[in-house]
Amino acid sequence: MGPSFPPPAAKANSRHTVALVGPPNSGKTTLFNRLTGLRQKVANFPGVTVEQHTGRAKISAQREVFLTDLPGIYSLKACSEDERVTHDVLMGTMPGTTRPDAVLLILDATNLTRHLTLAVPILSLNLPTLVILNMSDDLRSRGGEVDSAALAAQLGAPVALISASTGEGIEKIFQFLEGTAAADHRRSTPLLQLPVLQDVPKCRQWAMQAGRGSSYQAPAHSAWTRRLDAVFLHPVAGPIVFLLVVIAVFQTIFTSAKPLMDGVQNLVSNSGALLAGVLPESIFRSLLIDGIWKGVGSVIVFLPQILLLFLFIGILEDSGYLARAALIADRSMRRVGLQGKSFIPLLSAYACAVPAILATRTIENKRDRTATIMIAPFMTCSARLPVYTLLIAAFIEDRRLLGGFLGMRAATMLGLYVLGFVAAFGTARLLKSSVLKSEQTPFLLEMPPYRWPTLRSLALRLYDRAKVFLHRAGTVILLVAVVLWALGSLPLENGKPPAIENSIVGTIGKTVEPLIAPLGFNWKIGVGLITSIAAREVIVGTLGTLYGMDSNTQSVGLQQALQKDLTPGAAVALLIFFAFAMQCMSTIAVVRRETGGWGWPVAQFAYMTFLAYLGGFIANHILSGAGPSTLALFR
Amino acid sequence: MQLSFKKSKSAAGAKPLPGKLSELREGEHGVLERIELPEAVSQRLMELGFIPGTSVTAAQSAPGGDPRVFRVDGTEIALRRETALHLILKR
Repeated sequence: MGPSFPPPAAKANSRHTVALVGPPNSGKTTLFNRLTGLRQKVANFPGVTVEQHTGRAKISAQREVFLTDLPGIYSLKACSEDERVTHDVLMGTMPGTTRPDAVLLILDATNLTRHLTLAVPILSLNLPTLVILNMSDDLRSRGGEVDSAALAAQLGAPVALISASTGEGIEKIFQFLEGTAAADHRRSTPLLQLPVLQDVPKCRQWAMQAGRGSSYQAPAHSAWTRRLDAVFLHPVAGPIVFLLVVIAVFQTIFTSAKPLMDGVQNLVSNSGALLAGVLPESIFRSLLIDGIWKGVGSVIVFLPQILLLFLFIGILEDSGYLARAALIADRSMRRVGLQGKSFIPLLSAYACAVPAILATRTIENKRDRTATIMIAPFMTCSARLPVYTLLIAAFIEDRRLLGGFLGMRAATMLGLYVLGFVAAFGTARLLKSSVLKSEQTPFLLEMPPYRWPTLRSLALRLYDRAKVFLHRAGTVILLVAVVLWALGSLPLENGKPPAIENSIVGTIGKTVEPLIAPLGFNWKIGVGLITSIAAREVIVGTLGTLYGMDSNTQSVGLQQALQKDLTPGAAVALLIFFAFAMQCMSTIAVVRRETGGWGWPVAQFAYMTFLAYLGGFIANHILSGAGPSTLALFR
Repeated sequence: MQLSFKKSKSAAGAKPLPGKLSELREGEHGVLERIELPEAVSQRLMELGFIPGTSVTAAQSAPGGDPRVFRVDGTEIALRRETALHLILKR
């Protein structure tokens, strides 16, 4: 269960809310995680799609404040949706939220003069504000310094020099929060008069003055960042490293996850066998073992693999490599008419299309944004992983390729990722040269210095992901398993459940079977395709339940059952079907909300399903030897 | 009139200095004079540190030379050539 929060209406007057504001790459999220730990939740701001992270910071035994992590911004001018939200929340004009009682302004101490410009609009809000200079350890180790007391006098606001990643100086934040929570905020007269907001050069001058007044010594450029960039952005070595990183990630996801997955698999099957032995023969036992255990269990097995994928994405993102990858990718993005900014949402679509589609809001150009939304679900999201892994393990021989560096199975997986990628880019090209043609908007991307990812932030990411995955297994997949079991056990024949083919679910499957027979799919796959419209991984649970209820395959694992029941051609067709199809209700819902209507999501669903069907059809026909004559149709 | 004046000026210099940010090669630097881009874009560039009067150094680029990373005001920002073309340097 997630942490529970008192309903806003009930305690609105007594609770203290503090907003966390800062530019991108200032360590805002690290600090938020440190202050709130696991006592946080993610939601959307009412009416807009910007994510709102709120959490509780425990100040003392009895005292808590509510922290809101606002989107990273460079100014308060409300150009993008992110900036508008931050502006509205801070002004107290955001419907459904109260104006914060205080502000934590977090700035990167190694980049102080640039980041201090954001202090101008924030300080002129006249809310009690603590100016937090983050990355004190970085500043010191690279030979920079700042007099935080002098800066506080310049700004007329308290200043804390901290390191969010090591926790150094963090107590000063708690002292401030304690002060705010006790409604005691002092603000002295600043030595420096705030400049006019709209004038960026003036604001910068003011920041320079404030920096000088606090004897700010900018640190030397990080030597490590220079050294690493010499390799990662090298004209030849850079792209090679990029490729090696990608291959290594896939290989590790396959090999390292194996023992963990086997462990979970054993746990699920042993506990199922144990339960089956203890419980008396009954309808209830059948529901529990054949329905729920086989259905939900077959999905939970993939948790280690998904967590491993998120671990890699987390390391790439936190270390700063992702920005370099976006730089290397910009050229190819431009070739299909998109910009480098589309790259980061697309990369996060490898984890899940839903946050990726939300992340497209940083793209100012509306047509570029729509195009990115349209292609994001083609990127191989983690929900496809269970389907791919199951089928690959069952049908692809594990041979070594490239002198043992890459296994055949990992190569197949990589191929499926490439397939999704190619489909995405082909579609982008199609859209950008027709309905979504537009002027190109400039690509501006900050290159953060390289940093060691902290264990804490990685662990929190994984915890978050595990929660989401298990939540889905415990709700959608459980429900589907129970409904399937019920439909698979009815109508009763002579007071006993029928053979699975004669059940309601069998009838439904048989009805759609002619439609999918050209792809080599049987009726069980058909049922799986229907249930997996809820979410892709549901097909694995569905097949687990269906084969678990079938008396012919009850005793063997899902892999062996599939090997008996599908031709290799059909298995490849199914892989390709899943590479293309938009089997995900959450994505459809989020596309509808983001594009403001049903037009785009309906077109997207139809287009992706068509591609999936066509791809599956071709694959099945080539591989089942019926090739030449049927393929002539497509020439 | 003005065009010919500009031409003669650059011809007079012994070594023509780069006039645009896009003309800087890796390791070279110049002082920004003005940004010839629409208001919204130049505001964003200024927020990122590209303020007239600031020194900008060209750093590494993506393979093929575009986009390129520029060091400005203690940070590194990547710009495409098509954008850097409109950032005019002091001669």
